[in-house]
Amino acid sequence: MQEKSLLEMRGIYKSFPGVKALTNVDFTLRGGEIHALMGENGAGKSTLIKVLTGVHIKDSGDIFIKGQSGPVQIHSPQEAQNLGISTVYQEISLCPNLSVAENIFLGRGKSQFVNWRNMNKKAGELLDSLGIAVKPTQQLASCSIAVQQMVAIARAVDMECSVLILDEPTSSLDESEVAKLFKLMRQLKERGVGIIFVTHFLDQVYEVCDRITVLRDGQLVGEYEIENLPRVQLVSKMLGKELDDMADIKNDAPPYSKENKGYVYEAEGLCSSEGIKPFSFNIRKGEVNGFTGLLGSGRSECVRAIFGADKVTGGRVKVNGKEVRINKPIDAMKNGIAYLPEDRKRDGIVGDLSVKDNIILALQVKKGFFKPFSKAEAVKFAEEYIKLLDIKTASVNTPIKSLSGGNQQKVILGRWLLTNPEYLILDEPTRGIDVGTKVDIQKLVLKLASEGMSITFISSETDEMLRTCSRLLVMRDRKLVGELTGDELTQNTIMNTIAGGDR
Amino acid sequence: MSSKVKTAEKTSFLSAIIRKQIFIPIAALIILAVFNFIVDPSFFKITLGHNNDGNPIFSGNLISIIDYGSELAILAIGMTLVTASSRGQDISVGAAIAISGSVILRVLCGTNSRPETLQAPIIVAFLVSCLVAMAFGAFNGALVSVFKIQPMVATLILFTAGRSIAAWINNNELPVVNDKTFLSFGTVFPGIPVQTPVFIAIVCFIVIWLVMKFTNLRLYVQSVGINEKTSRLNGLNPALIKFITYVILGLCVAVVGFIKVARIGTINYSVVAKDIEMDAILAVALGGNSLGGGKFNITASVLGAYVIQFLTTTLYKLQVQSDALPAYKAVVVIVLVILSAPIVREKIAAVFRKLRTPEKAGSNT
Repeated sequence: MQEKSLLEMRGIYKSFPGVKALTNVDFTLRGGEIHALMGENGAGKSTLIKVLTGVHIKDSGDIFIKGQSGPVQIHSPQEAQNLGISTVYQEISLCPNLSVAENIFLGRGKSQFVNWRNMNKKAGELLDSLGIAVKPTQQLASCSIAVQQMVAIARAVDMECSVLILDEPTSSLDESEVAKLFKLMRQLKERGVGIIFVTHFLDQVYEVCDRITVLRDGQLVGEYEIENLPRVQLVSKMLGKELDDMADIKNDAPPYSKENKGYVYEAEGLCSSEGIKPFSFNIRKGEVNGFTGLLGSGRSECVRAIFGADKVTGGRVKVNGKEVRINKPIDAMKNGIAYLPEDRKRDGIVGDLSVKDNIILALQVKKGFFKPFSKAEAVKFAEEYIKLLDIKTASVNTPIKSLSGGNQQKVILGRWLLTNPEYLILDEPTRGIDVGTKVDIQKLVLKLASEGMSITFISSETDEMLRTCSRLLVMRDRKLVGELTGDELTQNTIMNTIAGGDR
Repeated sequence: MSSKVKTAEKTSFLSAIIRKQIFIPIAALIILAVFNFIVDPSFFKITLGHNNDGNPIFSGNLISIIDYGSELAILAIGMTLVTASSRGQDISVGAAIAISGSVILRVLCGTNSRPETLQAPIIVAFLVSCLVAMAFGAFNGALVSVFKIQPMVATLILFTAGRSIAAWINNNELPVVNDKTFLSFGTVFPGIPVQTPVFIAIVCFIVIWLVMKFTNLRLYVQSVGINEKTSRLNGLNPALIKFITYVILGLCVAVVGFIKVARIGTINYSVVAKDIEMDAILAVALGGNSLGGGKFNITASVLGAYVIQFLTTTLYKLQVQSDALPAYKAVVVIVLVILSAPIVREKIAAVFRKLRTPEKAGSNT
């Protein structure tokens, strides 16, 4: 073991039935560094983290930790914690109904009795030292997500951790919150804590990390100092191919033509139970447009109203010029509308069901209760879309929940493509998935549009919207405030429109 | 990609079998059979005799298992569906059986508790009881799906009130039907040496098999049981699907009530099918189905029902006192449930895989 290393993993192997998740992977974490672990979905990042935290047991290989003589065996998260390895997951695993201080000290008291004053005082000192602006007595649920995340980190840090694992901590934070989190990470780094940072945001990696380890298909691609690995190279290493795709996409974006008069979908004064102001909206054949705005501005609620996912409370809707009523999802489906929801886990997948059943679900429901597909038909559909979208799964019968996030998303995309919709709504299809799949999905959107499908695309990443959409509808405070086309489609105009009269 | 598939196929055949859901009830049946064979090989003897009316009839332990297991097996069908869709169980089926049985008696006997002739055709009585039982199923289903009450709490209402409703239907009397044809449904028809309830159960299995084959009930119920929100966004109506499963269970209850009455020509509404709800839930669990809903396997549940009956008959054969029976049953059930827990099965499967690996290495060299 090297002098500076906090943690060394050597020749780690791990396989699951049917899949080799990790093959001969090495990983080294030094004290006082922030180390990014990068790779596509299914590259083995989560498996490596889970081996390290004792959620999975490695098949072979050695783990060395500073201060321990010889290789250590980690059989449970508890053991990992005792060895000084703490993890903060994407989903916050604290108790929202307890106070900040209680959350920090929960389950760690040595005595049966709690000295409340002492506990609050200690928590206060800890939070102060980390520069987290929150009162120890405040109820956790009343804090912002970012603060909750930081409390989780504070809890981890106080457990005398030397290795801190942050698994996608920024995916639900806004920019200023991310900045706060990074400040905290840098402070911890100065204290000599080694941080493993897992994220899909390249910008963030380059902003805060010192070193990058790249995994691909369960194998180590390499470990790099951040200065020696330009962004393009990182992406190409993750994908395993030279990549100029990103540049390509922009050129592909079709110009918005006014000649095409026919609207596939038109809404007037549409509003739903989720409190969006009545809005009017339309989309032409082969057009790609998008709703943009800050989180919570009502962009998802708009498309949910279009699909009838929330209770529609008013407005008139025309599909292909004919007036229709869309009150519930099945109405929308029957009118050739498909909707890929924002929250994949909650609204998208049917976890225990197979990839095959997940793919055929929507079309099957559309076809009717008394007309089930034969097994052969279902398998044929599933295999067709597994191939078309390059879904990585052991078989058509694998439960969807055991796939990686990006592949789950592709399955759901396949489900809706199978219904052969005229109008496809994609709400954050690229959230939480890797760069390669993101590029795939953007390309697919443009290809489908060129074949005549109308698509509404929503994304938190503005450049993604700029690349794919020919028209942007801007939302602010649950109200449609602007529409941008052509030359207006730049970062600046979008920002200004979102900010609006508040300037 | 293809290499991954190959490794999956290479996994030991035995461990693959052990992971199959249906393995547990089948293994339990085999173990019980082997145990009985060792203790007393004559357990499996089947003889052809004649009943009091001179009709030929098979008798023997296996026959009585299949015969008396009919009610539980039929209930297991409905209970599996309800469990899968609503992530909870209906504990009112025993009381509902008392109600539907009382309805049959009421229709067949009219106001006279000892009628010489039937007051209505059997089919009418059966259909009326079906309607009543389905109405009660609909009541439970509405509470669960529309008012979103937890299944066990919702069905507790009928569990509590059901047997008094049954008593009220016949003015607290216990009518008796003596009609030969009607009683044949609970025993045997002349010339057919196998008990009619066995055939009724078989008809139920065929019906549910056809429903599964020619409708999307399986996909819809599983989808709703696993993720209601997703199901709705894919055009399903989760409330309706849960409701339907309760109505189907109601239909199963009506069939069971019919068999119960036909076996002896009457029922005692306060004790008929007592605790059968627990056995039905147990059958679902023994079939390896999650009581938390979602994926299900009806065949496994049905086999689970016969495991329970097999166990009961075995214990009777061993001269266990009927009072002590539940305790013995509980011990066996605990063993079965632990063995069927996924965590234990994974372990067992892993042991088999290890046993196989050196073998493979040996054959390679």
